[in-house]
Amino acid sequence: MDGSAEQSAVAAAPQITRRWDGDSLFRTLVVLTGISVLVVLGAIITIMVTGGWKAFSTFGPSFFVTAVWNPVTQHFGAVAPVFGTLASSFLGLLIAVPLAFGTAFWLTALAPPAVSSVIGMAVQLLAAVPSIIFGMWGFFVLVPVMAHYVQPTARHMFGHVPVLSALVSGAPFGTGLLTAGLVLGVMVVPSITAVMRDVFVSMPAVLRESAYGLGATRWEVMRRVVLPWSRQGVVGGIVLGMGRAMGETMAVTFVIGDSNHIGWSLFAPANTIASLIALEFPESPAGSLKLSSLMALGAILMAISFVTLWCSRVLLSRGEVKAGKRS
Amino acid sequence: MKAHVVSQSGARLPRSDFQAMRRRLTDKLATCMSWLAMLIVVSVLGSILWTLLKNGLPGLTLTLFTHSMGAPGAGGGLANAIVGSLLQTGLSILLGAPAGLLTGIFLAEYGAESKLARSVRFVSDMLLSAPSILIGLFIYMLLVEPFGHFSGFAGAAALAVMAMPIIVRTTEDMLRLVPVSMREAGIALGAPRWRVILFICVRAARGGIMTGVLLAIARVTGETAPLLFTSLGNSEWSLDMRRPMASLPVAIYQYAGSAYQDWMQQAWTGALVVTLGVLIINIVVRVGIRGGRT
Repeated sequence: MDGSAEQSAVAAAPQITRRWDGDSLFRTLVVLTGISVLVVLGAIITIMVTGGWKAFSTFGPSFFVTAVWNPVTQHFGAVAPVFGTLASSFLGLLIAVPLAFGTAFWLTALAPPAVSSVIGMAVQLLAAVPSIIFGMWGFFVLVPVMAHYVQPTARHMFGHVPVLSALVSGAPFGTGLLTAGLVLGVMVVPSITAVMRDVFVSMPAVLRESAYGLGATRWEVMRRVVLPWSRQGVVGGIVLGMGRAMGETMAVTFVIGDSNHIGWSLFAPANTIASLIALEFPESPAGSLKLSSLMALGAILMAISFVTLWCSRVLLSRGEVKAGKRS
Repeated sequence: MKAHVVSQSGARLPRSDFQAMRRRLTDKLATCMSWLAMLIVVSVLGSILWTLLKNGLPGLTLTLFTHSMGAPGAGGGLANAIVGSLLQTGLSILLGAPAGLLTGIFLAEYGAESKLARSVRFVSDMLLSAPSILIGLFIYMLLVEPFGHFSGFAGAAALAVMAMPIIVRTTEDMLRLVPVSMREAGIALGAPRWRVILFICVRAARGGIMTGVLLAIARVTGETAPLLFTSLGNSEWSLDMRRPMASLPVAIYQYAGSAYQDWMQQAWTGALVVTLGVLIINIVVRVGIRGGRT
């Protein structure tokens, strides 16, 4: 509406001045800059794929199904880091989503408005804390707690239960998949909470008020009115958090333990694509097969995160359309 | 009367005392869980800030800002890392802000809903949340490998790629808030479109656009991953951006993984400095937005 009104106004404006045409020059400049954004992404994709080409062509499809990462024999495969990336992000979300939902529920339905705005702002601010801080916190605070308390206790309790024993096996280093998941969870909680709070608040108040008017409890309003209404936005926010968790480097590198390993144990050291790149890159000479394998992993990470982002965008934009229609 | 209303709305409301009690209990339970979740989140995040303050404050001395990084035990500071971070962040904003601003103008003023604009918007959003380490790898292949050495310029370029999408986003959003009547007034006065955009629209939205730039600075300042393979880090004082350059987050990363007490102390203090900087920028932005609205 904005654009069309303005364009018609421009079209109607008579071209009195015929001097140096600043308009078309500016327009060209602006369009070219816009296109440069596309070029940057295109270049990133091209460089990742061409950089990883040597690995893709050397190993063929087996690159995607082998779990070996052996610089000595020059044999590399993507499965372990891809597994680590997905598993640690999944654990992170498993922790973050209930916490974020509970906090968002509290902020929008339970807290007094003054307290809610202060805590809501604090949570939003914490979404801006650099990820390396979460990594340091994980390394210096969480890892000792995991090693001295959580892991021995878990092994003591579940070590002899048939299925659970596999989950808790491994030496109590404190680092590992679960620690990485915890740090990722803590890291994405603020942003997921912020998105959830925003979509909850964006629901027209009439719906909420009518439900209360019918005698529904706060939980029933949340469960049967707010959640169904804002489902897409909530899922979009979660997927956004997942994208952030999967691409995270610093927070994970400190606590994952770096081992190319796939297994059921939550306490076993593992690696993720990002942590492997950060740790192995300095030891990969230019033009080597190892560097190419890292680039190939980068291409895979990019594919995973773009698919995730695309999903979140589709979900969030549908939510926006809905909000626009109903309000 | 009540039963009638209920059946029409289709919601499940009480038929008996038992059900009423169950509903009340469910609500109580949900309320408790919600309080619990909030308390966990607040205490964990509080614990992070507290750890940061507890470990970082003792090392917050003048030496930190006046001395360059040194060998363990030599009493070095982080001056070169702080200056390196400022230089790289500054240059990245100099590169990223004009590009972001122009792209934002394109999206809001020229592109609107055209196919090109929609794909630019989509791609910019993708870049906004692309894994930062991949941007580091990308710039490495583009600006480090061909030249054969790491450089501050490469670091700044990587940060610029991260800063630009944020500025694109906020610029577009803010320009869309400028009323059409202001544009029409400008056009009616016979101003060419580019002048209307730059001197009326951008000027009217400059507060919001500044917000975007500040947020970009805050985001870029704390980034470690894109700098690992681009500016690498440097333990000596250097203002030459053609050479490897120190930066605060990379210095923190190197020091935190070390085994020396004083390096670890400096890592914490550096982390405190970065976090305070980022938080202060964010608070300024928020207070600024609130002040602008009233």
